[in-house]
Amino acid sequence: MTETTGTSGLIFNEPLLWETGSPGRSACSLPANDTGNYHIDPELVGDAPDFPELSELDVVRHYTRLSQWNFGIDSGMYPLGSCTMKYNPKTNERQANLPGFVNAHPMTPPHMLQGALRLMHELERFLAEITGMDAVSLQPAAGAQGELTGIMILHAYFRARGENRTKVLVPDTAHGTNPASIALCGMTPVAVRSDERGVVSPEAVDAVMDDSVAGIMLTNPNTLGLYEEHIHEIAEIVHNRGGQVYCDGANLNAIMGIVQLGEIGVDVMHVNLHKTFSSPHGGGGPGCGPVCVREHLAPFLPVPRIEKDGNTYSLSSDYPDSIGRVHSFFGNVGVMIRAYSYILSMGAEHLKNASSYAVLNANYIRARLKDAFDLPYDRPCMHECVFTDANQQARKVSTLDMAKRLIDYGFHPPTVYFPLVVKGAIMIEPTETESKETLDAFIDAMHAIAREAEETPEIFHDAPQKPKVRRLDEVKAARELKLEG
Amino acid sequence: MRYLPHTPADIAAMLDAAGMADLDELFAPIPASCRMEDDLDLPRPLSEWELDSHMDSLAAQNAVCPACRSFLGAGCYDHYVPSVVTSLLGRSEFVTAYTPYQPEVSQGTLQGIYEYQTLVCRLLGMEAANASLYDGASAFAEALLMAVRVTKREKVAISTAIHPYYRQVAATYLSPGGHRILELPYGEDGRTDIGVLAGQDGFAAVAVQSPNFFGCVEDIAGVAMAVRDTGALNVVTFTEPLAYGLLKSPGSQGADIVCGEGRSFGLGQSLGGMSLGMFAARKEHVRSMPGRIVGQTVDADGRRGFVLTLATREQHIRRERATSNICTNQSLCAMGAAIYMSTFGKTGIDELARINYNKAAYLREKLGEEGIGTAFAAPVFNEFVVKLPRDIRRRYDRLLERGIIGGLPLEEFYPELIDHYLLCATETKSRGELDRFVKELVS
Repeated sequence: MTETTGTSGLIFNEPLLWETGSPGRSACSLPANDTGNYHIDPELVGDAPDFPELSELDVVRHYTRLSQWNFGIDSGMYPLGSCTMKYNPKTNERQANLPGFVNAHPMTPPHMLQGALRLMHELERFLAEITGMDAVSLQPAAGAQGELTGIMILHAYFRARGENRTKVLVPDTAHGTNPASIALCGMTPVAVRSDERGVVSPEAVDAVMDDSVAGIMLTNPNTLGLYEEHIHEIAEIVHNRGGQVYCDGANLNAIMGIVQLGEIGVDVMHVNLHKTFSSPHGGGGPGCGPVCVREHLAPFLPVPRIEKDGNTYSLSSDYPDSIGRVHSFFGNVGVMIRAYSYILSMGAEHLKNASSYAVLNANYIRARLKDAFDLPYDRPCMHECVFTDANQQARKVSTLDMAKRLIDYGFHPPTVYFPLVVKGAIMIEPTETESKETLDAFIDAMHAIAREAEETPEIFHDAPQKPKVRRLDEVKAARELKLEG
Repeated sequence: MRYLPHTPADIAAMLDAAGMADLDELFAPIPASCRMEDDLDLPRPLSEWELDSHMDSLAAQNAVCPACRSFLGAGCYDHYVPSVVTSLLGRSEFVTAYTPYQPEVSQGTLQGIYEYQTLVCRLLGMEAANASLYDGASAFAEALLMAVRVTKREKVAISTAIHPYYRQVAATYLSPGGHRILELPYGEDGRTDIGVLAGQDGFAAVAVQSPNFFGCVEDIAGVAMAVRDTGALNVVTFTEPLAYGLLKSPGSQGADIVCGEGRSFGLGQSLGGMSLGMFAARKEHVRSMPGRIVGQTVDADGRRGFVLTLATREQHIRRERATSNICTNQSLCAMGAAIYMSTFGKTGIDELARINYNKAAYLREKLGEEGIGTAFAAPVFNEFVVKLPRDIRRRYDRLLERGIIGGLPLEEFYPELIDHYLLCATETKSRGELDRFVKELVS
């Protein structure tokens, strides 16, 4: 019998926090109340919040058991397209947990925070170099907030020029955060269809570009894993009508050291430190989405800005055209520390290798799976490739079914049903940190699934079988709302 | 390089399978005019040991305890973090997991966040909480935008006693939509004066912070009552959630949306990073709430399980019609806060809050004995404003040189509050330290 990556094993049930414990139990160590008790107006005092009452071992067992129900990068391969689930280096954790960072108050006078300010200033410089842009703000706490910040910068730029531009062009392959960010800024997204090659054509942009359009929001490489090969001409068309080019940098992992986006017409972009730059995803966050701009947009960046004079770092809010603040303090500094550590560990040569091997891995998977799965864009891809369930639909097996079955084989499913332009999309991004053996095991599992779809399609409806729970009823969750216990 | 496993043999075999001659051919789809000519100008790579040394040196250049004793609060509070929190939060199945879109293999995150949502509701006295937003400031901005959506009105009224940085973020978020902001002044006692609202209506939201930036506890019930019949939503924000271990919850006093910063619950001051936007609302408004929400359900065998729900509010489904653009949130920080709340538990959190209250009260008393009076009469939690006599001002600067940060000078934020300082004392300050601080300040 062949052993697959995924197997069954003894894990533990664990109730909800308030279903266990006992009144009077506590897991904390209280500091001394050495100042005595002071009177407080009873009108202000409420009942103690109804928190659980657990011993320390109760808390430890609870969360240890919960963790064992999760799949993480440390457990296995996570080929989620456009998420860049690369290995999260442990040395980054050591750096981010240094007391000199963890215990620092953000409003400490700047001359007493030189280490932190230097780190952030240098990280800004590294990101500017990698993207080919001129100025950076690290404040946005996630990619979507970076997008919002970038679009607000464009909004302020045009307002300062006395121009009323109300639309932004968005390819039909765009991530949902793109039109959502545009709408949050009071502007209207205008869809641009990708052509038969899966990229945006200059003609399509030209047809809709006019003086009411603030610009275009591209992702490059795009969510089909394809390089937007007309980006130069598109940028020209947009610039010629006074517009600006925004690039969603979520897929930067494909082109580090290969392309500098600021050199090919991009005016403003964001990067995702929790994707390209190895900071962990944490089950959904925290992230960090720095925004990078060309010089003409720098005056609009959020404040405070970090400045360097000789060897001294300071903060300045003396930027009258700034859009203001987007975060209460500096942003997700812990994520910045991890990304900074990663860039210092990799250097130029290894960042370029990372991109090269990311693209190599995706093309290897593309070449080896195209015999079994429908490949809508049958040509070399960048760091991710997109298949569909067209071949398997004949046996009534869908992308969703195959994703759930892949779990039993010990792999986290790829991104499914995105981008929307591909019906039944399966978007695979292996990243450069997966070895050839792991990729081969993944490919073998996918081939086995294709065979099962052919020979025993009925087994898919019961998948997955091995995790702690079987397929969950999402309709019931939305209909019978139970959002707290 | 230890993160890049490919050997030359691996690369050769994979290039062969992909039908390519060399690595450069991988980038053939990229037009030559886009290709970089030079290498990236970055420092040469550091070994793990060189990196440790470099980071130790940077960390040492930040003033932290014990070399530095800080009495800063102002939206970021020094609290002890139990080892249990750090240890459990470091488990890689929590840290290296993705967003729980595949719920069968994400029940750890999903149950953990459902528990977090529940504890937030219990803390704040509200009916529904989300899975986190970025920080207290953006949560506040999102609350105002939510009120605009729910009431279909355009303008908001916000107290000037709300943290200045929160008001700046709100202004940034509200500016593109052209929403007008009316500022509510603070009164002599340090609490918001809503008198200016009399005779005005058409507000989507009326917002206060409690405890406010001056540390004062606002009359949430009074504001809620005044606002009730105007159709505006009552928004209460906070920067110190520990206050609600002791004080009446905003929800019990009539708040419609309660949002703020959760960092005090086990996340370390972290230079204001590793923040946690807590957000809770009434059940009737849940479909207008921003952010992810976890809900309970069952699996194919009838077992209880948890999933992300009400996704039709979110960007990946509704795109430009979504309630917010948020995707990645502060999930791991929310888990940390839940672990902290479970660790302290019902009695622990109440006692910890009382200790904070007592420490600040003691410091006020001792300063008062030295002729340094509290500026505002309203009750406070763990921070308060004092006015320092002119001749003590230089003392503040000398204390800085000795690594003692004697609070936050307020003049920069409130020009009328010259010589006023915001001081904070949490459970981390022993009685001896508080005595020493007072002595240093006045002697």
